[in-house]
Amino acid sequence: MTEKLVVIGAGMASGRALEHLFETDPGAYEVTLFNGEPRGNYNRLMLSPVLSGEKSYEEIVTHDDAWYAENRVTTRFGEAVTKIDRERKVVVSKGGETPYDKLLIATGSYPFILPLPGKDLDGVIAFRDIDDVGRMLGAAELPEAKAVVIGGGLLGLEAAAGLRLRGMEVTVLHVMGHLMERQLDPSAGYLLAKDLERRGIRVHCKAQTKAILGQNRVEGVLLEDGTVYEADIVVMAVGIRPETRLARDAGIEIERGITVDDAMRTSDPDILAIGECVEHRGMLYGLVAPLYDQAKVVARTLLADEAVFLPVELSTKLKVTGCDLFSAGDFSEGPDREEIVFRDAARGVYKRLVLKDNTIIGAVMYGDTADGSWFLSKIKAKEDIAAERDTLIFGPAYAGGAALDPMAAVAALPDEAEICGCNGVCKGKIVQAITGSGLSTLEEVRSATKASSSCGQCTGLVEQVLASTLGDGFQLPTAKPVCKCTDFTHEDVRRLIKAGELKSMPAVWQELGWKTSCGCHVCRPALNFYLLADWPDDYVDDAQSRFINERAHANIQKDGTFSVMPRMWGGVTTAAELRAIADAADKFDVPMVKVTGGQRIDLLGVKKEDLPEMWADLNAAGMVSGHAYTKGLRTVKTCVGTDFCRFGTQDSTGLGIRLEKRLWGSWTPHKVKMAVSGCPRNCAEATCKDVGIVCTDAGFNIGVGGAAGLDLKQTEVIHTARTEEEAMDVTVAFVQLYRENAKYLDRPYRWIEKVGLDWVKSLVVDDLQSRMALVARFDHSQSIYQKDPWAERVEGEKRREFEPLADLRLKAAE
Amino acid sequence: MTDDWLDIGALTDIPARGGRVVKTPRGCLAVFRAADDTVFALDDRCPHKGGPLSDGIVHGHNVTCPLHSLVISLETGAAANPEEGRVRTHQVRVAEGRVLLDPAALRS
Repeated sequence: MTEKLVVIGAGMASGRALEHLFETDPGAYEVTLFNGEPRGNYNRLMLSPVLSGEKSYEEIVTHDDAWYAENRVTTRFGEAVTKIDRERKVVVSKGGETPYDKLLIATGSYPFILPLPGKDLDGVIAFRDIDDVGRMLGAAELPEAKAVVIGGGLLGLEAAAGLRLRGMEVTVLHVMGHLMERQLDPSAGYLLAKDLERRGIRVHCKAQTKAILGQNRVEGVLLEDGTVYEADIVVMAVGIRPETRLARDAGIEIERGITVDDAMRTSDPDILAIGECVEHRGMLYGLVAPLYDQAKVVARTLLADEAVFLPVELSTKLKVTGCDLFSAGDFSEGPDREEIVFRDAARGVYKRLVLKDNTIIGAVMYGDTADGSWFLSKIKAKEDIAAERDTLIFGPAYAGGAALDPMAAVAALPDEAEICGCNGVCKGKIVQAITGSGLSTLEEVRSATKASSSCGQCTGLVEQVLASTLGDGFQLPTAKPVCKCTDFTHEDVRRLIKAGELKSMPAVWQELGWKTSCGCHVCRPALNFYLLADWPDDYVDDAQSRFINERAHANIQKDGTFSVMPRMWGGVTTAAELRAIADAADKFDVPMVKVTGGQRIDLLGVKKEDLPEMWADLNAAGMVSGHAYTKGLRTVKTCVGTDFCRFGTQDSTGLGIRLEKRLWGSWTPHKVKMAVSGCPRNCAEATCKDVGIVCTDAGFNIGVGGAAGLDLKQTEVIHTARTEEEAMDVTVAFVQLYRENAKYLDRPYRWIEKVGLDWVKSLVVDDLQSRMALVARFDHSQSIYQKDPWAERVEGEKRREFEPLADLRLKAAE
Repeated sequence: MTDDWLDIGALTDIPARGGRVVKTPRGCLAVFRAADDTVFALDDRCPHKGGPLSDGIVHGHNVTCPLHSLVISLETGAAANPEEGRVRTHQVRVAEGRVLLDPAALRS
């Protein structure tokens, strides 16, 4: 005898369940299908393509009238079930009572609406069914229509992308720090936001929505911080809740969803439930794959077959054309977890695997998600990956094979990317020369294009272009990379930061394929310097990427105390300054006061927490930080010159002071020490400094590249300036060229060994236009960076670096 | 209730990828906040020459000592290969934005 099956809800889960049922035993049940919506089963996953116009509603219908007729399903569409009477085994709707032997509840979920003022205004729309899509499309037809989407999760972003394709101005508000935080880590979230912004969608994270504004219908959205976004519609996509009201009223057991056993039976054995309305072993499911598994199980249960639904690893994909992302499993960090990170250059690819005990437990991918299902299968199988770990991240194509070309970043650079900054040669020109003229060596490329023929710092990159163009036909020489986080050298990184206009650390990590998720103590200080030197207007200095001396603006000593050294311009001081220094030494019990080789006074052994107060005292006496701890200008040592010396030829003290006032506070690849001597007797020892000026009656001899540390080296004179002005300009231009080009932690003499003194001279001395451009760039940088770090730290938030977070010394006694 | 966890400040009082000092009767502790907002507490003394780890550069779940660049695991307190030595770690957790320290950290 045929039994009666009543199904409440014609969604994707119940639709799939019916398919399984009819396939296995078409005559087992006489089916009646109720649906609140006035239509049958369509593919809700495809709502966003309908919204964007990529598909029509007809194309996403899963079961049409013919299908229901063929399977003898009585359809009651547009007729909501209002009550389940379990005693009499009937369901009640406006058409009367319908009896059942078995009942399948598939009521799905309803959208959660934030309890904000204005939530009931006309124009506040959820993104749940085809009618919602219709409402959104209506609004999109208005001229210059604006939409605000609240919720930067899967659904919200699909809505945003669809509305944008329909020509609306779209803003996404998301309460968390990055988009899709349940599926993505911050790096992938950065790429996603970047992709969306490129499509013209505004993304506002950490957005606390305060109210939806409007009189009769929506006019805008107000955030807690006072920001207002205008809106013709507000799409609320902050989450869903299981639709359990019918089941609850019928006295069926409910937790967050309708509780079901492994066979998808509710607490009433004749009533089954599947889909977003159910809770299984404490879990709710909103993605389609597990719901399809539930559909398979419920069909077998209905046919009295044994079947068990098992919790599954979930994976997510976003259906926004051009934003490829994939996430699966658990990808949070933890003490017993390791990660493998792969980033590919300008292709915008990011892949991260989280490992625990030699198995993959989580995966996040962005840009290239082709291998997602391969990783997912390994997560599900808990497969031991120890043997293939080295090539794991490259996916099945490389399983057990060779690793990917680490120079993919260069291969991925666009043709317009400038490889040689000196001669303005872009990648396309080099590639063209190689292929067009059949070049195969660095020398041939140099003579044909001039690339790397000047300072030579881009040699490595030109070689990589050769390698990527010629393939096996070119053997790359090996160069020393910055650190274990990258295969690039410092010179390559500097060049690529300029060529790719990379203006933040995440941008460098991503575009240059950093192998760690956020760098290390070796690369971060170097990157921080390169970025602030190249992009003074855009880059924000990162204190946490600086060595403690530059973070605390004092020199750490072997016992963890610090030294304090005020600036003494040109080595000149006054009785009042000396008194203030003496007072500070007394007040803070300074164990040693020492005169340094740079003509100033060092207070050694100061406790970190005393620093701000001591600086405040020294500031009050008119003194600023001497930067005796920085990769930056230290001192300009002087002799007394014409003021007092009987041999002096020029005002060496005055020039030294003017140079120091111009250059102090600038950051450089390594420390910079200068000196000015008033005559060739050279009392200021200018000939072993990074820049040393020796005055004569004829003018100012400017020498560069001296050293008196690990190496001993005399300066080489690059110019004799006629005026003080000219001497200052040449010095400043030299320092700026050094700032723009040298490897982090190379003193000027080391850098000059690499690039050649002739090249330096050509840009700093011979080419006046180049000299003045360097001076202008230096002065611009100084307008941002020349400020006394002491004064900044005496007051305000930066002071907390010096204070303990908490003092629990009395706590133990309690 | 002598074993209540000690509230030592807000998570946001520690800069991301940074450390702060907590003074205790048995010496200073360094409390770190990694880029992923995980918080760690260790004795503020490098096992090598006693350097203040709280002044180091934090990268991943590691800190580099400011004196001689030993890399110390924030999770285990152990120095990275090939160096040897280990610094004591303490239980610390974050609840509702506050950093809570296991009072056992005050006892030797």
